[in-house]
Amino acid sequence: MATIDYSSVKPQKPWRLDSKQLAINGAVFLLAVLLTPLFLNLTPLNGKLGASFIFVVLATIGNTVLSIVRQGFKTISTSIAASLIYLATALVLLPLASVLFTVASKGFTAVKLNTFTQDMRITNPDAPFTEGGALHAILGTFEIVLIATIICVPLGVLTALYLTEIKGRFENLVRFLVQAMSGVPSIVAGLFIYTVLIVTLGVNYSGIAGAFALSILMLPTVARTSEEVLKLIPNDLREAGVALGATQWRTVAMVVVPAAKSGILTAVILGVSRVAGETAPLLLTILGNTTNNLNPFSGPIAALPLYTFSLMKTGLDVAISRAWGGALILLTLVLILFITARLLSGKKR
Amino acid sequence: MTTTQTSYNGVVPKAREITTQPRFSDKVFRFVVTSGGFTSLIILSLIAIFLLQQGFPVLKDMGFGFITGFEWNPGDVDNGVPVQFGIGAMLIGTLLVSVIGLIIALPIAVGTALFLTYYAPDWIKKPLTITVDLMAAIPSVIYGLWGFFILMPHAVYWAKLLHNYLGFLPFFKMPADVFERSPFIAGIVVGIMIIPIITAISREVFSQVPLDRIQAAYALGATKWTMIRSVVLPFGSSGVAGGAMLGLGRAMGETIAIYLVLNIYFAPNFQVLFSAGGNVASLIVSKFGEAGEYELRGLMAAGLVLFIVTLLVNFLSNAIVKRTSRTGK
Repeated sequence: MATIDYSSVKPQKPWRLDSKQLAINGAVFLLAVLLTPLFLNLTPLNGKLGASFIFVVLATIGNTVLSIVRQGFKTISTSIAASLIYLATALVLLPLASVLFTVASKGFTAVKLNTFTQDMRITNPDAPFTEGGALHAILGTFEIVLIATIICVPLGVLTALYLTEIKGRFENLVRFLVQAMSGVPSIVAGLFIYTVLIVTLGVNYSGIAGAFALSILMLPTVARTSEEVLKLIPNDLREAGVALGATQWRTVAMVVVPAAKSGILTAVILGVSRVAGETAPLLLTILGNTTNNLNPFSGPIAALPLYTFSLMKTGLDVAISRAWGGALILLTLVLILFITARLLSGKKR
Repeated sequence: MTTTQTSYNGVVPKAREITTQPRFSDKVFRFVVTSGGFTSLIILSLIAIFLLQQGFPVLKDMGFGFITGFEWNPGDVDNGVPVQFGIGAMLIGTLLVSVIGLIIALPIAVGTALFLTYYAPDWIKKPLTITVDLMAAIPSVIYGLWGFFILMPHAVYWAKLLHNYLGFLPFFKMPADVFERSPFIAGIVVGIMIIPIITAISREVFSQVPLDRIQAAYALGATKWTMIRSVVLPFGSSGVAGGAMLGLGRAMGETIAIYLVLNIYFAPNFQVLFSAGGNVASLIVSKFGEAGEYELRGLMAAGLVLFIVTLLVNFLSNAIVKRTSRTGK
């Protein structure tokens, strides 16, 4: 019996549209675009909202008519549903694009070289952009986030190790609580640190208080992401370590954690990007400042989100532009962290 | 045998005892990791204890009026104005804004999740997923800034349209002609902020739909949408519900973005297009700066209520999501 060489047989996809049908699809789409201004004039609808509404309706009708012609009347619901699903995706991307575009364009005018070298101690919020800057806020954010990371990472990794290595009696309870903790409102975390440190223990507003508040918000992200990563480490590695006579502690410290190193780093970066932009807890714990404060253990300190927030609240035009500048720096920082985390985790898989 | 042992001068290392008991180092290790694992329990209980301890005097003085009262007045002893703290209007407002956010976010998020699992071509799936995740990473102060300066003018226009054409509905009525900073606008901002959470969870659930059921539906002649309606949506519905609850919890705890776009008003207002709303978290931010000692305790009690409410919503949603992912139905 002759064998068939399957490598020469190309898989057929008869449901795919051929080029002629695709061209018709494109033509219908173009027709919808072209007819939109016409309907805009004929109907009482107007503006961008009216135009997009008419376009969506026209495109849906065109699409539906096409599918009726091709497949019969029973596919009406299918083509309408497809249009709505495409619309939903567009509605997700629209605000995101708008946020990114506005922050970039409005922030760009306010960010000058001196933004990174000066602070606001002698500058009025509505002075020209060539004076003053956000150095104090940038430094403050780095200090606070660094300390929060130092506090949070050991605790988060220990929690993840408890969930994956010890698997104790309370495994499910702990997992449940970590999930519950990720829903703690950021303002509550700030209020809690305020009650403990500032009201009860009498510590002043300081970077360390802000760092404690942020580490509460960071912990669930670090713990859950690290847990996911540690779960991916094959059990063979653990068994090999134990079989060589290592204690569990040596196995975890020398084999499991090093193997999960880049994943844990990703977890830390994700945690940092989660808290770097938090404003509410900082409002209650660090108070904000207009000058550099290099000592996170005493005195009010500035941070980028708070800088943006308080400048916006002044209501002055120039100050609001400065706030957009602060938002741009903050967004850039968060984006860099986010992309780094994606690249790290992408390489792994 | 015996000769070799004696000629060895007696430094034979003693064989390790074979035992199931963990060694001392392991005991330390287990102790440290276990106590580390309980951090979340400790922090959550400390939050509850401290906020309760600080807020207790106010809760005791106000009684149930703290939940049901509508007035927030630090009082004035000299002029005989009584102290009155009640967060009823704020709780109603929080719920209202979150529900509006959810109504806006849920269909969009589910549609996007369906697009990502069943409609998108393969090459676009990953970048699009990352893009949606990116929405969750944008700081809330930026959403607030954007919501106030960019979204508000548009949203006011949409609100006017709704009022003009659907004004006969009780919640679209307007007591006065002020459309800015309404629960409607805050709801849109919050909705945008919770879209990525609901999308992520829905996508996860939809991708777990057994392939054989999908193929069975296609084999019976289903189109893509009829397949989704008869297989994917029934399978994923409770997972989506859990995701929606999770989004609701997030929306209730959202602070800065709402504070920037919502006008805090101490009376219950169900006219969603009118410029008056309430929000527990925003109340804390707005009163914190000038609060006296007793009022601060009131704010902590408000924080406690917010904490408990969000915790309950979270427990519930996690339970729903977990049950879905275990039983697949």
